[in-house]
Amino acid sequence: MTAARDTVMRRIRDALGPAPAAPEAVPRAYRPAGGPVDFDPVDRFAEVVADYDATVHRVAAADLEDALGRCCRERGATRIAVPPGLPWRVAGVETVADDPPLGARDLDAIDGVLTGCAVAIAQTGTIVLDGAGTSGRRALTLVPDLHLCVVRTDQVLPAVPDAVAAVAPAVREGRPITFVSGPSATADIELNRVQGVHGPRTLDVFLVEG
Amino acid sequence: MSAPGAARPFPEAAREALRDSQLRRNVGKATTTIRAKRAAAVAELPDWEALRAAGSAIKARTMATLPEQLERLEASVTRAGGTVHWARDGAEANAIVAAIAKANGTGEVIKVKSLATDEIDLNDALEREGIHAIETDLAELINQLAGDWSSHILVPAIHRNRAEIRRLFERTIAQGRELSDEPEALTEAARVHLREKFLSVPVAVSGANFGVAETGTIAVFESEGNGRMCTTLPRVLVTVMGIEKVVPEWRDIEVFAQLLPRSSTAERMNPYTSFWTGVRPGDGPEEFHLVLLDNGRTDVLADEVGRQALHCIRCSACLNVCPVYSRTGGQAYGSIYPGPIGAILTPQLRGLDQAPTLPWASSLCGACYEACPVRIDIPTVLVHLRGRVVREVEGKGRGEKAVMQAVARVFGSRRRYETAQKLARLGRGPLGVLGGGAPGLGAWAQARDLPEIPAQTFREWWASREPGDRERGDGGGGSGDAPPAAAGSDRGLGT
Repeated sequence: MTAARDTVMRRIRDALGPAPAAPEAVPRAYRPAGGPVDFDPVDRFAEVVADYDATVHRVAAADLEDALGRCCRERGATRIAVPPGLPWRVAGVETVADDPPLGARDLDAIDGVLTGCAVAIAQTGTIVLDGAGTSGRRALTLVPDLHLCVVRTDQVLPAVPDAVAAVAPAVREGRPITFVSGPSATADIELNRVQGVHGPRTLDVFLVEG
Repeated sequence: MSAPGAARPFPEAAREALRDSQLRRNVGKATTTIRAKRAAAVAELPDWEALRAAGSAIKARTMATLPEQLERLEASVTRAGGTVHWARDGAEANAIVAAIAKANGTGEVIKVKSLATDEIDLNDALEREGIHAIETDLAELINQLAGDWSSHILVPAIHRNRAEIRRLFERTIAQGRELSDEPEALTEAARVHLREKFLSVPVAVSGANFGVAETGTIAVFESEGNGRMCTTLPRVLVTVMGIEKVVPEWRDIEVFAQLLPRSSTAERMNPYTSFWTGVRPGDGPEEFHLVLLDNGRTDVLADEVGRQALHCIRCSACLNVCPVYSRTGGQAYGSIYPGPIGAILTPQLRGLDQAPTLPWASSLCGACYEACPVRIDIPTVLVHLRGRVVREVEGKGRGEKAVMQAVARVFGSRRRYETAQKLARLGRGPLGVLGGGAPGLGAWAQARDLPEIPAQTFREWWASREPGDRERGDGGGGSGDAPPAAAGSDRGLGT
């Protein structure tokens, strides 16, 4: 074990030579976190998410719970899982809190899941989950076939560097981060895009003024 | 799926691939489609070139400080509750994975598509230990069920059409049930088959796109959700990661998470990216093992020109733009790493004598360098490796080397040069030999037509002119009195 480690380390030092070149400074001339963009993040987010064949519902905060209930009825979902402490109720739908944590088979048998998110990325249409709070545990947003995700407009950041910076404290705490950009998909058979392989096949995003 | 064993020379394997019209059609369609989509995805980012420059510099910095970065990664993964293992070669890595599977009493492991584990033939090694590795990526599953191996890094079953896949699934995972050959129906069959495995198999094996030294965070970029399943549901997760996949800081992810999806699947972002850090109580696996793999990478690192091959982020953009790859497909390269990147990576990882023809599997057009999101100068490395093959690999290279040395000697002296030109007209001597296909020059001469040896050289014609003509010194420029074949002979060998 340590023999392998020592050998690999020695090989690396030998390969680099006795006086390895000083490492190049990294030029970061790209748009950094907080840099300017020439688009409206919320509009762009809605467009790009819709492009992935997810459904975007733009709703006022007061209408959110009705909209969630309507969506569940349309999707035929009568029982959905939620992270503990989620602030939203869904009219006419049984919600099952993930406390104590639901087993993978329980999640497999449930109609869907409703969560919030940590932040979202406009330029790539990405929902960022951080394994705590309204994001929930990883299995929660993975096993059920339907994912309803609430994104507040003040959570929408312009581009990837903004989101990477925003979740840095969570990463340093050891929390898992998941980027979700549309429903799961494959193009493995003759390059035909097929939506929904193993993750949720349906993704409904509720973009709420907030 | 495992890679082929003994490598055949590329020209031989390529000839066979070119005869397979279905393969050529599928690969041609795939590369053309992805190429166009990628161009559009890249054009959307005004700072693309700045991101490429940053990606390239981060990788160069990582290689220059690799011992430090690996020590940081080891410390941060350990701090987060993971266990770090080191493997000098594939056999050692395979043994580590097998031991972990056995310690958990399982005869099955589920796998996320991973080039590193294909490189070391993990599946075969586990099978020999009585452990069945189930590929969960759709294309990898197709190849595994068919006993086939990958033709493209990104879409590994692109050489199969839907009717073949339907017959294959009916025979295997659908257990005699009839399927339609709609991609949706075939995908559904795979979903149903694999869901039970995700819910029950206790050990998963993954690769890694990046490992962050600062935080101990491992990243897997994917589309189908099988990566999330494997890294979330099983009790034990083992990740096999090449030592070159480490990046120094969490912040570096902001660069690669922009470069990789657009270069790879030509998407703004791939559907799912998982980042995990050691073990998180109550969320995901209870045990996490990281296996750091050398398996020839330190040999690549030792070559100052060739080491940039280690910067590769496995996006496959270079495959799709390559005029050679887009005709032969991946299998002709005889390695899990095909295309331009494979042509520089495989010979360095396995040793030049194991794949001496691959550095020639290119027209040096430079399209790969243009497309590479981390700016690996593949043409320069190809030329460098060609030189190394000639210098270091015995046998085939020896004839070419000897002839080139003789030619250099002839060109070095006017007397020797003029004598050689006379001999060449008789089909003899060093220059004549070049035209006639010298022994040991087989491949070199096959792809090149040398001009006819002229009856009179330019120098002889110049010397034989009347004194008055010489003083005018027009050299025959446009006057029509130049010797008939002189211009032609100049092009090939230079007078």
